[in-house]
Amino acid sequence: MQGLLAWVPLLPLIGFLILVGIPLFYRREPPESVITVIGVGSVGIAALFTAVATAAVFWQTPSGVVNIALWQWMQLGELKLGINFHVDWLTLVMLMIVTGVGFLIHLYSAGYMRKDPDFRRYFAYLNLFIFAMLTLVMADNLVLLYLGWEGVGLCSYLLIGFWYKDPVNGTAACKAFIVTRIGDTAMAIGLFLLFYEFSTLNIPELINAAGDPGADREIITIATLLLLGGAVGKSAQLPLQTWLPDAMAGPTPVSALIHAATMVTAGVYLIARMHPLYTLSETAMTAVAIVGALTLLLAGFSAIAQSDIKRVLAYSTISQIGYMFLALGVGAWSGAIFHLMTHAFFKALLFLSAGSVILSLHHEQNIFRMGGLYRKIPFTFLCFTIGCASLAALPLTSGFYSKDQILLRAWEFHQGFNSLWLAGVLGALITGIYTFRVLFLVFAGSEGAASRHCKDANTPAMTIPLAILAILALLGGLLTPPLQAVFGTTAERHPAAWVEGVAIAMPLIGLGVAWQLYRREKKTGEQRSRVTQFWFSGWGFDWLYDHLLVRPFNMLARLNHNDMIDALYKGTAAFSRQLNTLLSASQNGQVRWYLATFAAGSILFLALLVAL
Amino acid sequence: MTLMAIIILLFAGGILAWLSERYLQRGGHWIGLVSLLLASLLLASYWPYLGAAQVIGSGPWWDSVQINWIPRFGISFHLAIDGLGFLMLALTMAMGIFGLVMTWNDIHFRRGFFYFNYLWTLAGVVGVFTAMDLFLFFFFWEVMLVPMLFLIAVWGYEQRLFAAIKFFIFTQASSLLMLIAIVALAYLHYGNSGQLTFNYNDLLDAQLAPSTAYWLMLGFFVAFIVKLPALPFHPWLPDAHTQAPTAGSILLAAILLKTGAYGLLRFNLPLFPESSAAFAPVAMSIGAVSVIYGAMLAFAQSDMKRLVAYSSVSHMGFVLLGLYALNTIAMQGAVMQMIAHGLSTAALFALVGALQHRLHTRDMTQLGGVWAILPKLSAIALFFAVASLGLPGLGNFVAEFTVLVGSFRSSHWIAVLAATGLIGAALYALIMMQRGFFGALNKRLQKLSPQAPIADLNLRESCALLSLAALLVLLGLRPQPVFDIASPTVARSLAHIETARAQYAKDQGIGTRFTSQEQTWAKPHPKESESP
Amino acid sequence: MPIETAPGLEAGILLASTLFCLGLAGLMMRRNVIFMLMCVEICTNAAALMFVVAGAHWGNADGQVMFIFVVTLAAAEVAIALALVLQFYHRKHTVDIDQLNDLRG
Repeated sequence: MQGLLAWVPLLPLIGFLILVGIPLFYRREPPESVITVIGVGSVGIAALFTAVATAAVFWQTPSGVVNIALWQWMQLGELKLGINFHVDWLTLVMLMIVTGVGFLIHLYSAGYMRKDPDFRRYFAYLNLFIFAMLTLVMADNLVLLYLGWEGVGLCSYLLIGFWYKDPVNGTAACKAFIVTRIGDTAMAIGLFLLFYEFSTLNIPELINAAGDPGADREIITIATLLLLGGAVGKSAQLPLQTWLPDAMAGPTPVSALIHAATMVTAGVYLIARMHPLYTLSETAMTAVAIVGALTLLLAGFSAIAQSDIKRVLAYSTISQIGYMFLALGVGAWSGAIFHLMTHAFFKALLFLSAGSVILSLHHEQNIFRMGGLYRKIPFTFLCFTIGCASLAALPLTSGFYSKDQILLRAWEFHQGFNSLWLAGVLGALITGIYTFRVLFLVFAGSEGAASRHCKDANTPAMTIPLAILAILALLGGLLTPPLQAVFGTTAERHPAAWVEGVAIAMPLIGLGVAWQLYRREKKTGEQRSRVTQFWFSGWGFDWLYDHLLVRPFNMLARLNHNDMIDALYKGTAAFSRQLNTLLSASQNGQVRWYLATFAAGSILFLALLVAL
Repeated sequence: MTLMAIIILLFAGGILAWLSERYLQRGGHWIGLVSLLLASLLLASYWPYLGAAQVIGSGPWWDSVQINWIPRFGISFHLAIDGLGFLMLALTMAMGIFGLVMTWNDIHFRRGFFYFNYLWTLAGVVGVFTAMDLFLFFFFWEVMLVPMLFLIAVWGYEQRLFAAIKFFIFTQASSLLMLIAIVALAYLHYGNSGQLTFNYNDLLDAQLAPSTAYWLMLGFFVAFIVKLPALPFHPWLPDAHTQAPTAGSILLAAILLKTGAYGLLRFNLPLFPESSAAFAPVAMSIGAVSVIYGAMLAFAQSDMKRLVAYSSVSHMGFVLLGLYALNTIAMQGAVMQMIAHGLSTAALFALVGALQHRLHTRDMTQLGGVWAILPKLSAIALFFAVASLGLPGLGNFVAEFTVLVGSFRSSHWIAVLAATGLIGAALYALIMMQRGFFGALNKRLQKLSPQAPIADLNLRESCALLSLAALLVLLGLRPQPVFDIASPTVARSLAHIETARAQYAKDQGIGTRFTSQEQTWAKPHPKESESP
Repeated sequence: MPIETAPGLEAGILLASTLFCLGLAGLMMRRNVIFMLMCVEICTNAAALMFVVAGAHWGNADGQVMFIFVVTLAAAEVAIALALVLQFYHRKHTVDIDQLNDLRG
């Protein structure tokens, strides 16, 4: 039964290899149906295996842990690493999200990407993506985790730039990879530091070693901050959040995959996985919480000002991940993972239904050109509404339960009223505003310019995943994962009723504000004040980095294009050449001239001889 | 004797190829391939040693052969092979065959002479990797240089003569320093022991005054890092690599650069342990700066081949960094990097060569959107670009990671500095993909493609490239065999350093340079001493 | 070792030096190769004269041996030089030495 778990990451890998290897055996491109079976099937079976393993091994034992050792990776002195998997409930939750939601997105993709000339390449990348993410969550040592970590980055690069003919997509892809690589490098340095201090990179051993009272707290703080650097990059948090909105260049199901099932949740997972280290360092905890709080607000405001349906959702992801970081920072580990799970459901739903909208409108993404779509594509409308309700955390939806848990924990953690809680509550309000603004602008009211050509593009392959995700987004709040064994239990304390009340009220107020906003924007159309323009540009971070880092670097590269050091050698060569012309002037080929200089030289020499 | 046979086989094959030029139009590559395959077969006869290291004489040698050459000066024809030597020879053979197969039909004139030079370069390299007599080592060092010079100067691209001369001057000038150091070392040893010898094993015991040893060490060091190449001696490399014919670039990048790294590990560290240990921080800094500087320059290039060439500077910086970190993890990582870099860069050069062969340009402003017309080639290029940026799961990552982990123990800041090179690697690898293969199809190529459809990689090329890709994946997921093979050699080099440090500490008492150094930049670990 | 100085020595040295200087000056000033050859002859003969004078002065036969050697040398030199001049004229149709500057740097 444990062997089944080892197959979970291997199946998508096999799918990837088959899809990539097809041209080795067949000259012609295989039909889409074959590719679909391989691509979707591999992830589907993986999801099935996960479910079976969960039911058989873990269902009754919340503290169950399965270790699967595949082979020795490297062993150099104390550096002992294995290709080994470690599965506990935290991993299991991630596995279910990645394979389950991943499978639904795969299925949807089969409909969405139909007739694309690069259908096979698309599914190959998608399978590799799932494989990398599964490796990430199952790794029992940080280096194997880093393997998945970078693999996820690579796949996001490939998929964001999937339609490679447009250079804009390529730039966005490069940006995503490089920005996350900056975080990854910080994380790698964190690994070096951890190994330096504890002589192991195996996660359970590391946690044991760090728990030792003699462990150097300062080093743990630095290491956890460096790991946070990695998490911030992958999860698109401040200050490395700029890549995510641009990452919308990829096909829409890819965005769903990146935002819901894989990639951006990796940072949350990493911190949750390493939480015993974080609890040892108050600085690191505070840093995580502050990063989360700031990001959720900043991204929320940016979302309000967007006009591209996918960019709104992108900023909302950044903001929601901010919630998760906030939760991690206040020690609400299970809350963070719970929100990660519900977020996976409703964000996948939102992106996929946004994909249906976009496809129905022939690749129109501007929400100001939409409107009144509730009549034309009612099923998509229904799904999108459920997603919005859940995202805004309206009571009884899945998002409500998870977000509520985070807010309460934030309240408790600092014993009452505090800025982190306030940020969370304010974030809830903003979430309500931007969520319903989009919903109204797209579906409500009169038809926009693009809505007239609307043709429902949903195929069964698309509606089934949408329906399942809609149910999960509604009822997912009931599926509280049993994570007590991983994170320990915290005493339940119930704060004052008004605290709870505020959390419930905020999305509803947001709904009202969004209606007002919608009424105004419907009249004015797409125009922005100074402030909203600033929000629209993502608080000027792109501008800042462009001027602070990208341009100086490019200038430096251009300046040094020909290598200064080479100039040194070239200078030597030029100098020798000059000397050569100088001396060769004397070598003029005139025998009589040679003779004269020879005679003069002899006389000079003789004279010197006599004189001395 | 097997070692002898390998070298003779390659030399003879070369001569045969040259002679065949008169009678056969296209016999050269077959002769080359057959002699390389036979040589590989001979090398494969060492497979029983792969399991456990056997000790023959004074060292972890698997096999050795010693014949008197110039007995008056204590010079002998002394070859030996151990784990490191085997790895390097295996790389040499594999890359030799790879280079030959990838450029099967590329050479259009003086074919026989081309393969003569090709095989003689390889023979010289084999000699360098096995010579255990310093004079013989120098001899092979030169033998490998001259045919390479011809390869660049005769079959190269536009500026071949310039590049060839530059290459020659750099290597020749630096190897003169090494010659002086070799002769001085033998002479000083003669003065101390009364025995004139150039034998490596004997010279290991040479007693030298610290300041003299430092200078001799520098002589070797400069020769080796010119070959490596590291800052500031790298400028020969981009020109030579860019102008050399594809097969020449493959030889240069995959094998010839490794001779420098090999020399550092085999000669510099064990022969001059004290001075190497004292010099280590400088050498590590040079390595780290090379990593970053090479990456920056690679990013700035528009010639794809030049980009790959500069990326070599960056990658070989990791080797230097790892070797001078002076601990098992980093040094093993450096050996790994030698192999992984050999594979990935050779493949990239081959791909650029294939691209130029088809599209007649390697300027990235003239390329763009190549994926649309050459999907297979582009996909494989993507793989190797990704390998070159150090994606985990591939050999380069294992190497870079272990180098960095190890050197972090020796010096935090230098390792952190080098780690930022990872970002640089992403920059140049992605910019290469972006400008060369992705994007809209370049206008020039649009005109080119409808007239005659451009052939994608054929079976021969695909197989050669895919086998390298498979090797890289294997190294990335199961590197342990390589580590095991190399470990006796690395341990031996390290043991010299350790004894020297201990000796120094004993001589100088407490509070000396080395012990204080160890406290500041190498945290003493209890387990470190018991590592093999 | 001669005790007294023969009166002919200084005169001999003076004559030889004058001859040599004449030859050298001619060599530098003449552009015609034939004349230059003749000047070379004068120079050699000046040196040969010096040998004879010195030999007489020291009462040693070596000087005369050297003279014969120089004369032989001069003969051989002239033979080769004339052959070269012939070749030179053959190629360039001139005997002007200034035209013979193919080795200029």
